[in-house]
Formats: sequence, structure tokens, C-alpha cells
Amino acid sequence: MASALLESLLGADDATLPSAAPALARARGEAAARLRRDGLPGPRDERWKYTSLRALEQRRYVDGDCGAGHRAVDPSAYLLAGVEGPRVVFVNGVFRADLSDLRASPGLEIVRLGTDPLGFAAALTDVDALPGSTDAFALLNTALATDGMLLRVAAGTRVTEPLHLVCVGAAADADVAWQLRLRIELGEGAALRVIEQHVAADAHAHFGNIVADFRLAAQARLDLVQVQDAAQGAALIRRTGARIERAAHLRMHTIELGAQLMRHELAIALSGTGARFESRGVFALHGRQHADTRMQVVHDARDTACDIAWRGVADQRARGVFHGAITVAAGADGADAQLSNKNLLLSPLAEIDTQPVLEIHADEVKAAHGATVGQLDEQALFYLRSRGLPLALARRVLVAAFCGAVLSGLDVPVLRARIDALLAARLPQAEDAA
Amino acid sequence: MLKIDNLHVRVAGKEILKGLSLEVKAGEMHALMGPNGAGKSTLGNVLAGRDGYEVTAGTIEYDGRDLLALEPEERAAEGVFLAFQYPVEIPGVNNTYFLRAALNAQRKHRGEPELDSMQFLKKVREKLAVLHLKDELLHRAVNEGFSGGEKKRNEIFQLALLEPRLAILDETDSGLDIDALKMVADGVNAMRDPARAFLVVTHYQRLLDYIVPDVVHVLADGRIVESGDKSLALKLEEHGYAWIAGRRAPDAIGAGAV
Repeated sequence: MASALLESLLGADDATLPSAAPALARARGEAAARLRRDGLPGPRDERWKYTSLRALEQRRYVDGDCGAGHRAVDPSAYLLAGVEGPRVVFVNGVFRADLSDLRASPGLEIVRLGTDPLGFAAALTDVDALPGSTDAFALLNTALATDGMLLRVAAGTRVTEPLHLVCVGAAADADVAWQLRLRIELGEGAALRVIEQHVAADAHAHFGNIVADFRLAAQARLDLVQVQDAAQGAALIRRTGARIERAAHLRMHTIELGAQLMRHELAIALSGTGARFESRGVFALHGRQHADTRMQVVHDARDTACDIAWRGVADQRARGVFHGAITVAAGADGADAQLSNKNLLLSPLAEIDTQPVLEIHADEVKAAHGATVGQLDEQALFYLRSRGLPLALARRVLVAAFCGAVLSGLDVPVLRARIDALLAARLPQAEDAA
Repeated sequence: MLKIDNLHVRVAGKEILKGLSLEVKAGEMHALMGPNGAGKSTLGNVLAGRDGYEVTAGTIEYDGRDLLALEPEERAAEGVFLAFQYPVEIPGVNNTYFLRAALNAQRKHRGEPELDSMQFLKKVREKLAVLHLKDELLHRAVNEGFSGGEKKRNEIFQLALLEPRLAILDETDSGLDIDALKMVADGVNAMRDPARAFLVVTHYQRLLDYIVPDVVHVLADGRIVESGDKSLALKLEEHGYAWIAGRRAPDAIGAGAV
């Protein structure tokens, strides 16, 4: 085991954590053993071509923050005026009852996995059915995750108040590696809105690793907004798997602004006839940030649709990666697959790699994909300046407009305002960046 | 107010302006006419500070200052305004936001208090009425999906709102029907003021029926070859630019105005 990261977290031998649930202990033991054997993916792994794990791999972390229960957190970092529904807050991966609000709502069940080993075992082992669940970071999560949340909405229940899910990173005595497991199950015809935020209470260099698993039964609808503004020194690895059944609809808005190293893999299965996946996303990076979004959508049934539109902006020495792969399986006739990824480089030292991949094995498919990387429109910049807008403001206005083009469907005004403010504060970083 | 002396400008390595001299005083309306490729738009762009125009010789003085030393936004704040021949569409930037940001950036530069949204909207409504523009235009993105006529009227609306001291209109009349032309002319005439100067660049005499110039200049091959009163525009209309080509005597070259 050449990885300092794995060594610091897993130890050298195959001892397993004691557990009330033998299935859980077994799953953890197997995951750890496999990780020790295979290690983290290296540069020759095609899926990690644009994101090097070398720096992360050489770091040592403490497994879990035993002081997470009393870290000081200012709720103003995440509170949103008007978003007054149930709230689930994790600090360094540990559930915080004092900051959360698990009010009862008919048809909505919120289960903390950390206090429910049997439920946890079920969630961990069931997730193996999802593609990619044997990847290194998913294994690491399986081996070490001790907390998480299961949200279950009963068939036919449409939850009106959005659920607020918050992950706070807070400085500890050492750099912490934390794991979190999330699962959202929507019964037939159920509907839920979730606002997921990642914020930093203060500066730190933790490593967070989240595995999320969404199950949408027939005609269910999940509307998820993710705003990731983790600490500038943090590493955050996320895997989201989703299975979308007949006529169900998953809609996501994803904003990636924070973390030093960010990787988000999404594996979306359109499993039932008429299933639909919609994704709008923005990454906006500066400094030496590295953000890699890797999306894999599989059309596995007839008349399924995916509609993906992402925008990326990179300033200074930042690097953005967007990989969007859509597969239309044999027999998935009538599929409609749309993918667009437009990017903006604000500095000659920034880099964006975009990779749209379309693989079609069915007939009668409507598909379009496109990707561009460009710079700010000089004509527009001059027009704004000729009216008196200083160069820095003109650039900010154009960057905000570029990103905003994919956020028009984000119907939580307070969140949109927060995103706009974050964008304005971060980009462009320096006037001399052009 | 504006004094251009022996201006030479290169664009993409090609000399476009070849010793242009021109003086515009406060309160005056100057028309600059000339055939395609004479350098009319180049002059407008150089005055506004667009990149890619290399001044190889000559000077531009504005209010006694070196205009060429100022950034485009500084020129705007000092009162220079260019109505674009091709106004730029900026998707995603709300017109109201843009106008307020522009006005307040200029006011800030001049050390004046910024306008709050109430004060701003009051001012906007006054100016919209003059140009017969609909309120709805304010809620749209800058020039996005505007018709050609709306774009040009929007330029003059910005002119009315920003109240510059030197306004350069670059072929604002092109692509306008007669009604829109009259609205634009009304908007410009309403802005005429002893403290404000205009330089109106146009191909055609038609606009000058509605905006009556004090001085007309003819630009050909990068130089002003003829200057006169408004009757010069009528003569041009009658004889065409070929007439000017024939009259281009060396002594007319560089003849300033007024």
C-alpha cells in the first residue's frame, strides 16, 4: 500500500470495525481489503486522465472528526431566508442534531444512518447494484462511513417545503477525512425538493467523500439544487448514483465553486419508459482549484430523455474538467439526449478540458451534443466599457451572464442571489488575469 | 472641446486615417459624410477607445486633455459617448441593470452620488417617453432580440440617459425606416445644448433633414477633403461622392473645420 492516504485511514491489516450488523462489518472488511490491494486509481486509468490523485494520495488524514459534535458553526453560512423546511446538518461528516430540524412531515421519513446500523447495512450493500460502486472512493466510503441520512418519501406524497441538506467543513486539530452516505428514495408519484449546500465554517484542508444514491419510483420527481462552496483548501470527492423509473423525473442544478480538489461522478440510469434527467450546472474556479465533473447517463428504456447544459469558467491557474457521456442502450428507441457544455477561460494559465461522448445502440434516437471553450467576447466588453463600466466590473457582468444562462430554471430566488454574489466575489479574480 | 490634429490610424496593418484634422466646439453639430471605406467608423472607434486601432501619428485633445491616454470607461465618464453602428447583443445582462451600472459608474468616477433605484427609474421613464420606447425593453437583455430600429433607438436612449458632452453617432440612421429616423432625430435634437457637441457620421443626407448640422465634413481616403455648411450635404446628395473625388485638390487636404 503505497498510498499515505489509505495507510493513514485503513491501517495496514485487515481488522474490521466491530458492528452490530454482521452484513455491515463484512461489507466494510471486503471494501477495505480490496482498497489495500488495488490502491487509488493512477494516471493510466482513463477515468482519471485529467485529475491527478498524486497530491491527495500522499497526504495523511485522521479518520473522522471525533470533535465534530461541538465545532462552532455560524448558521448564517448556510441559512436561506424563506427556506424554512426540515434541515439536516452535518459537520465534518457528523450529524448535528443541535443545528438540524427534523420536523415531522406526513409521508417524509428522515433516518439518521449513524444510529441505525441495520438501515446503514441495507443502504451500503444495496448501493452495490449501482454502477461504479466498486470505485476506490466508493469503497473507501463503504469501509469507513459511520454517518449519513436516508430520506424516504411515501408513494403519492408531494413534499412542499424543500429539504435543506447542509455539509459544513470546520477546522479541527488535524486534517480530517470524513465519509458520508446519503440515500433518497421516492415512492411512486412522490415529489421532493432538496437544497444541498456545502459550506466552510473556517479555513481547513479536510477531505470529504460522499456517496449519494437516489431511487425514483415511477412518476416520482426529485428536484435537487447543489451549491458547493467548500473550503478553498479542502478536497471533496462525490459520487451520485440515480435510478429513474417509468415517467420519473430527476432535475438537478449543480454549482461548483469551492474546494481545492473537487471530483463529482454521476451515474444516472434512465431505467423506466419515459424517465427523464435534467442537469444544469456551473463550475467557476480560480486560484489553483481543480474541479472535475464526470457524468454518465444511460438510456435503458424507451422514450427516455436527458437534457444536460453546463457552463464552466476558469480563472488564474484553475483547471476545470467536464466529461459528459451518454449511452443509449439497444432497444431504448425514442430516446432524446441533449448535452451542451460551454466554457470560458479568463486567464492564459487556466485550463478546461471538456469531453462529450455519445454512444448510441438504438434506432430512432434524437441526440445532440456540443462543447466549446472560449474567451470573453471582446465586442461585448468594449460595449460595456464604452458606457462607463470599469473593466473589472464589465468582466464580472459578462461572467455572471455567461453562468446565469443555465440557471434560469433555478426557482429559489434567495439561492440564486447567493450564487450570483459568490460568483461576483470570486470571478474574475484579478484585472490583470486577461 | 474636441481637437483632432493630423491623425493617422492603422487597423490590422493597413493605414485607414491618413492625417485627419477636425475641431468641434461645444454646442456644435458636425456631420461627417463620405463613401464606404473612407474611415468614418474608424474615427468613431478611435474616439471611443476600441482596441485594435493603432494611432501612428497625430493627437486628439478633448477638453484640453489627451483623449488617447484614457481608457474607454474613463472617456465615457468624462462625457464621450459613441452610438454604435452595430450595437452589441449581450445575452443575460439585463438592460436596466446595465444602464444603472453604467450611469452610476460614471457618476462615481465624477465624484457624484450614485442614484438609487427609485431615482434611476424616474429618470429612465422620462427618457423612454422621448424615444417612444416601451418599458418592456428595460426587462430584456441588452439589445438581445431587438429589431434593428430598436437597437438604434436604444443607443439614443442611452445617450439621453447618460447625458454625455460629446456624442458620436456612427451611422445611427442606417437601417431605420422614416418613422424610426424621426424618433431618433427628435431624441438627438432634444439633447442639443450649448454645452454639448455632436459628431454625426452618416452616408446619406436624409438624416440631416431632421438633424440640421452646423458644419458638414466630407471624409475620403482617410482625410477630410471638404468642409462647409449644411448646403455641402445637399451638393453631395446631388452629385454623389465621385464629385468630391474630382475636387480633391492638395490644398483641401487636412482642411480643418469652422
